[in-house]
Amino acid sequence: MCLAIPARVIQIGEQNLGLVELGGVVREASFMLLPDVRLGDYVLLHAGYALQKVDESEAEETLRLLSEMAEAWRAEA
Amino acid sequence: MRYVQEFHNAAAARGLVAAIERITSRSLNLMEVCGTHTVAIFRHGIRQLLPPPLSMLSGPGCPVCVTTNADIDKAIALAEQPGVTLATFGDMMRVPGSYQSLQQVKADGSDVRVVYSPRDAVCMARDNPRRPVVFLAVGFETTAPTIAAALLEAEALGLKNFYLISVHKLIPPAMRALLAAGDVRIDGFICPGHVSVIIGSQPYQFIPQQYGVPCVITGFEPLDVLQGIEMLLRQIAEGRAEVEIQYRRGVRPEGNPLARELVSRVFETSDADWRGLGCIPGSGLKLRPEYKRFDAEEAFAINPPPAKEHKGCLCGDILRGVKTPPECPLFAKACTPERPVGPCMVSSEGTCAGWYQYGSH
Amino acid sequence: MAKRTTPETSKILLAHGSGGRLSHELVAKEFLPPWANPILDQLNDSAVFALSRDGTGPRLAFTTDSYVVKPLFFKGGDIGRLAVCGTVNDLAMVGAKPLYLSASFVIEEGLSLATMRAVVKSMRQAAAEAGVQIVTGDTKVVEKGAADGLFVNTAGLGLVPAGVEIGGGRARVGDAIILSGSIGDHGIAVLSQREGLEFEAPVASDVAPLNGLVAAMLAASANVHVLRDPTRGGLATSLNEIAQQSRVGIRIDEPKIPIKDGVWAACEMLGFDPLYVANEGKLVAIVGPEDAEKVLTVMRETRYGEEASIIGEVTAEPEGKVLMKTTIGGTRIVHMLVGEMLPRIC
Repeated sequence: MCLAIPARVIQIGEQNLGLVELGGVVREASFMLLPDVRLGDYVLLHAGYALQKVDESEAEETLRLLSEMAEAWRAEA
Repeated sequence: MRYVQEFHNAAAARGLVAAIERITSRSLNLMEVCGTHTVAIFRHGIRQLLPPPLSMLSGPGCPVCVTTNADIDKAIALAEQPGVTLATFGDMMRVPGSYQSLQQVKADGSDVRVVYSPRDAVCMARDNPRRPVVFLAVGFETTAPTIAAALLEAEALGLKNFYLISVHKLIPPAMRALLAAGDVRIDGFICPGHVSVIIGSQPYQFIPQQYGVPCVITGFEPLDVLQGIEMLLRQIAEGRAEVEIQYRRGVRPEGNPLARELVSRVFETSDADWRGLGCIPGSGLKLRPEYKRFDAEEAFAINPPPAKEHKGCLCGDILRGVKTPPECPLFAKACTPERPVGPCMVSSEGTCAGWYQYGSH
Repeated sequence: MAKRTTPETSKILLAHGSGGRLSHELVAKEFLPPWANPILDQLNDSAVFALSRDGTGPRLAFTTDSYVVKPLFFKGGDIGRLAVCGTVNDLAMVGAKPLYLSASFVIEEGLSLATMRAVVKSMRQAAAEAGVQIVTGDTKVVEKGAADGLFVNTAGLGLVPAGVEIGGGRARVGDAIILSGSIGDHGIAVLSQREGLEFEAPVASDVAPLNGLVAAMLAASANVHVLRDPTRGGLATSLNEIAQQSRVGIRIDEPKIPIKDGVWAACEMLGFDPLYVANEGKLVAIVGPEDAEKVLTVMRETRYGEEASIIGEVTAEPEGKVLMKTTIGGTRIVHMLVGEMLPRIC
């Protein structure tokens, strides 16, 4: 379970609080679980906390595999 | 929206479905443990795309559904204490306890408030020092660290009016209990992606090692789910049983150790009662003795009425994957989303709600 | 000291006001039977009736709505604009030309005069835009705590041109379903300012008077069968209502439904489905297939219809139900909203 959504870190303030942005929506987030977060990182946001950084190279790799699947299917169709 | 929309691509979905079809040779039961997976599967119409020999079973990974009537009754009793504000995630509002739901108690005049984050409850307590705020701490390993962090913040602020009641539960012990019960044949597990963000892949190792059942830790966008299913089927076809990670952009094998450390600072494991699975040792979280002053049950002398189950409700069997919603005598008759009898119908990720809302085949 | 009640509701819950299934049940069980009459039973956005006894001659449309939104002022609008546009739109949805509105205020003691003036000014502007006049009203003041600052009720009268027959029961198999623009804007704009959920959304409420758009559509085609503005309960609830009233099936295409990024992001964060989020400046039109493209073109050239798109069609099966082809090519049933939409973590 649980709804967690990738959001970009746009501000890091005091006491592990900051702001994240997704689709233009800006929300306060706590980085207590991820204190080494940096500006511009994508994080998984759950219940107002950043749980983990999104590993962008892994994301790109997964997307590459998926687009190969898409190509293969288009070729067959 | 980055890292979301790309995982909805229709052509890639078609490619994955084709791969799944090629690789499905016999009747198989795949269990998705996590309620958010149940919702994703229904919401994107995935079931309908899968070849008929594949059965997707829903497991007990809906923290709302597995909360017992007794626990809900306790939360209600706390909400009914004069002067208390009960803060809760929205998920719990409509779940019926033995006699009523938090939503009904709110309609009766109790101060029940929905929050998005446990931090919001801490801020409520900070801003109203004379009003006790009790937070209903529900959720699995994904949510427990956020509660722990919020509690530590309440401690750092020196708050004397913040409390919580923990009905947290842990996933791997429940999966072990399911496998040990052996009620239903499970050929593979779609493991919860966000729980695994916290706990990593190691806690699932016993599943392939002791039971020979393959596992794939899967994300929640529709392409994640399809890719997770495909990876699981490939393990089965190749005779392998391992814990693989599909959701590699979120899950590291080691999880988030700091998050786990915060949880164990504040909580210790305990036995917990699960609807449908009974008491599972070591599957719950309770506050450590040094944090007992935040325990709502200790602070307030509540006396809930005796808990009772609703006759005919098959939520327990449905949570174990032993029965499907249409087999419940109450499904869509006495038990509907407007008038739920059991939690499986209330939670948007409850199996019964899913079947009712999104339709079965 | 717990109440020994069964899970049955013997009290009115917030969910009864959310526009979904419980609201419908409340109307069907508690209001229709005691007041029953053929006009009420139409259950359209406005009641339509002829002035003369024999049913001939000019027809009036008559409707009312109460506005209890919190906060009173939100990005893109306020309770005043909402009160005028909501009632104007209910008239427009039966094909009426809106003419006159009443406005009743229930004011909580202590509301600032400046706030009230701002609401009144906003209503003036909205009425001017819609071409209607506010001709009568009422004011009550209640004790602190008895109203969320301000509740507004408006009732509206309009004239239905001869030959215009638009209603929820008139959808026909083969009709095209046109949506005038992006969904979820209003609900998210309002939600973003609620206590406990504060986030900044680049999304403004879409609250707008749609009578101009409707007039343009009706001038272009005599085959507009149904009009509905998907307010509380969202697009999903409106489509289900129509499917049930017309006894048809509805199929829509998820990729064709416009949703602004900010709305989607907020919904993903909170666990909402945009199909159920309220709109206050959008309409759904069910149009004979021969006129669909023509109506679409006219909409795109008219204010508030610029992003119109054809999102689906009316089918014979499954009767009374709405099916949606998802982005990835699956199919799911889209039910009416049940209860209130609450933010979730799971």
